[in-house]
Amino acid sequence: MKLVKTRVEFEGRFRDEYVPVEEEEVEAWASDERLNVVGKPVSRVDAKSKVTGSAKYTHDVYPPGVLYGKFVRSPYSHAKVKSVNIQNALETPGVVAIYTKHNAHTLPFEAAKKFFGEEVNYQGEEVAFVVAEEEEALSDAIEKIDVEYEPLPAFLNIEEPTNQVTRKVYERGSVEKGFKEADVVIEERFDTQATLHNCMETHGCVVWWEGDTLIVHTSTQAIFYVRKELSEELGIPEKNIRVICSFMGGGFGSKFGAGRYTLFAAMVSRALSRAVRVVLDRVEENLVTGNRSQTVQKIRIGAKKDGTLTAIEHFALVNIGVDGWTADVGGPTKSLYRCENVRVEIVGVKTNLVSNTAFRAPGYVEGNFALECALDELAQKLGIDPLELRLRNYAEKDQLLNLPYSSKGLKQAYEKGARLIRWFDEPRVVRIGDKIRAKGMASVIWFGGGGPPAYSQVKLNSDGSVNVITATQDIGTGTKTALAQIAAEELSIPIEKVQVTLGDTITELYSPGSGGSQTLASVGPAVRSAARDVKTQLLELASQLFDAPLGSLTLENGVIKKKTGEKLATLEEIAKRLGNFVIIGKGARGPNKDEYALNTFAAQFAEIEVDTQTGKIKLVKFVSVHDSGRVVNPLVFSSQIEGGVIQGLGYALTEGRLVDNSGAVLNPNLADYLIPCSEDIGEIIAEWVEVQDPYVNNIGSKGIGEPPIIGVAPAIANALKAATGVRARALPLTPERVYFSINSLLETSKTNATYI
Amino acid sequence: MSFVRVSFQVNGSRVSVFVEPRTTLLDVLRKKLGLTGAKKGCDMGNCGACTVLVNGKSRLSCLTFAVQVDGMEITTVEGLSRGDSLDALQESFIRNDALQCGFCTPGQIMSAKFLLSVNPHPTLEEIKRYMAGNLCRCGAYPKIFRAIEEASRGVLSEAR
Repeated sequence: MKLVKTRVEFEGRFRDEYVPVEEEEVEAWASDERLNVVGKPVSRVDAKSKVTGSAKYTHDVYPPGVLYGKFVRSPYSHAKVKSVNIQNALETPGVVAIYTKHNAHTLPFEAAKKFFGEEVNYQGEEVAFVVAEEEEALSDAIEKIDVEYEPLPAFLNIEEPTNQVTRKVYERGSVEKGFKEADVVIEERFDTQATLHNCMETHGCVVWWEGDTLIVHTSTQAIFYVRKELSEELGIPEKNIRVICSFMGGGFGSKFGAGRYTLFAAMVSRALSRAVRVVLDRVEENLVTGNRSQTVQKIRIGAKKDGTLTAIEHFALVNIGVDGWTADVGGPTKSLYRCENVRVEIVGVKTNLVSNTAFRAPGYVEGNFALECALDELAQKLGIDPLELRLRNYAEKDQLLNLPYSSKGLKQAYEKGARLIRWFDEPRVVRIGDKIRAKGMASVIWFGGGGPPAYSQVKLNSDGSVNVITATQDIGTGTKTALAQIAAEELSIPIEKVQVTLGDTITELYSPGSGGSQTLASVGPAVRSAARDVKTQLLELASQLFDAPLGSLTLENGVIKKKTGEKLATLEEIAKRLGNFVIIGKGARGPNKDEYALNTFAAQFAEIEVDTQTGKIKLVKFVSVHDSGRVVNPLVFSSQIEGGVIQGLGYALTEGRLVDNSGAVLNPNLADYLIPCSEDIGEIIAEWVEVQDPYVNNIGSKGIGEPPIIGVAPAIANALKAATGVRARALPLTPERVYFSINSLLETSKTNATYI
Repeated sequence: MSFVRVSFQVNGSRVSVFVEPRTTLLDVLRKKLGLTGAKKGCDMGNCGACTVLVNGKSRLSCLTFAVQVDGMEITTVEGLSRGDSLDALQESFIRNDALQCGFCTPGQIMSAKFLLSVNPHPTLEEIKRYMAGNLCRCGAYPKIFRAIEEASRGVLSEAR
């Protein structure tokens, strides 16, 4: 075994990993390799359980004798908690226990002391926890808990020069020099709003103890991250914690941690020796599980008359809430276009709002809006077609790492997208009465090459069926199906013979969190290696059984043959002869090739219709063309694109957390916070370019989860500019805002609420 | 706390339960009967994940008290299939990949089931309008439309 250092990226943050490499890395499939299962539009292997209602999500776990738990939460965004009186509440029928700052320390873990402080710093912060025999009793009891607060002023305005807790500066070349060389300079300001994930399955867990082992069912994107966090917080070894997530109702970045609800449930379960279930309601989900950050951005771009970029300067204030993180809003600015002189400064500001969390391409969605809108302005100022301007500044290599891309099909994506939206083939602006139709576009860069560590085992049973085991998650992206396809391909068997088991730490086959568009590119190669191991073992056995030299044997269509074509035995026949001596193949994700930058790309085009009488924007058509390397399953892949575009549509047009000047959220539910519904959807054309990438990993695939959301808002805003001549500077583009701006009216809101 | 007896049919079988008057049909289905297909996405009638059929009509089971359905016939997503034999809509949802995480899917299918029962061949615009109460955060909408259209064509050919 040898140790290899490799570069691994997650959500734009790079780290070095040391990877023990046991086996020879399986070679990537050649471009002309004839594949039978990979690349085919196979139905999801778990679709039947989802359409029949038999799929068990965390919400569906009700162990016998389970207790229900719920936090009492602060209605204030900033207040002193003077006293918590639970006397009346304790007498509520069905109530088993109530924990507050006065008695939480009686729980048998140090971590209990971290709960229920003297002050609350965002609306929804916990002040007590009620446990009851019946769910209905929880609300009865919560009504009777008397909390005395002393409200304090809330810090909400990120433009005030305090509370700036992080500052990241990136510089290459000299922007001063670059702006001097420029023939034109544009300067723009953009404001983006906080948006809420609103996974259909709210955050939640069901936990119980079996002896010293903690069993945790939880709706998560990362069972191993949950286990590690619980182990650290509770002070118990990881081996004594089993985290299970078989089916999962959406995460979008918000479900990587254990959450305070799981930690508290585990402690209460231990104290009361009962199973405990904590499932957040929809309002809690909107108040306490995080959000995409609000930003205020200023961007300056300098260019020559021919469009050549000479300098980009990008400054952003990011609202990270009470204790969040600062995502790389400057990511696209640093990498999307060729430019020698770039300066990016990103400042994180703390406020009395919940901590932000990752949300599908965190940072890049916000930053790309500013960059791509500004580039559109530049194109107009220079009189250059927006697509042509992008082509003139095409980045042939990665300018941060100074490395070639393992593959980059953005040029082909531009061409295909332009054709599909008829960019050059028809007028881009058409007026029909009070309505104007227009087109706009944007480019996308993201990560998605994946990396180690990720492990898998593939087991060949005596009946010829195959189990693929790995402890990744399928959060609705189709991971289970893609992994089954990869194993079936490698073993040349029908996909029906493959069963994938995932979402349970008991398998101990570590896999990374399902996020960062990294799942398939990390776990897929491990599964392929494990399947290859099975194949190698099979051929070795066949060589001995049939007394044939190993090099003369192949496995094709489930049959072991001599290279001369002579059939020796089917995979089933050999498996049967082995009886219960099953073949187990092991696979691990190999190191990344550090001589390449691993990125995904997309070209996105929007056609919208603006109603000038109402300000309403309707999506007519959206074309999204992606380079994500090899597409393992075109059916599921296109679903991912459509879903990302639709989430981007919400970001562009309807979604935004409305906060009043006391820091209270005014729309923490699905009636007032508007995620896209069926009536909002126009025609979406999900497409891709076939790019061969033999370097990225042994399946040649890059991720697709995040890229489709990134360029949607700027493509729509650029179409709005084309339609009306008005540059949208703040999201979301509500009818009210659009109406005011196209009529040159100042936005005069009657409420004190803002989208932050 | 008083309890009342409520009896009704679920997927063709008679059930009889003691419930508080304030207990919703959704909670009875999920907690007392173990029929967890209908989901609690919001418990406020905003998301549609809890949609079931009551006497053949689509209802949000989170806004329906169990006592309101006494003597009635309930169909949940579990009642649409018999073993390997699936409803045309279920088949169509699978074939068209009209789901991602799958959490809203039972509600989508039950709403679509009712739509096709009153309008066997809806236009795309009619599908979009009728399905607007069933939210899908993964954004499976385009394929849900296609699945319903395809199933509606199947419904037509079966009728012939």
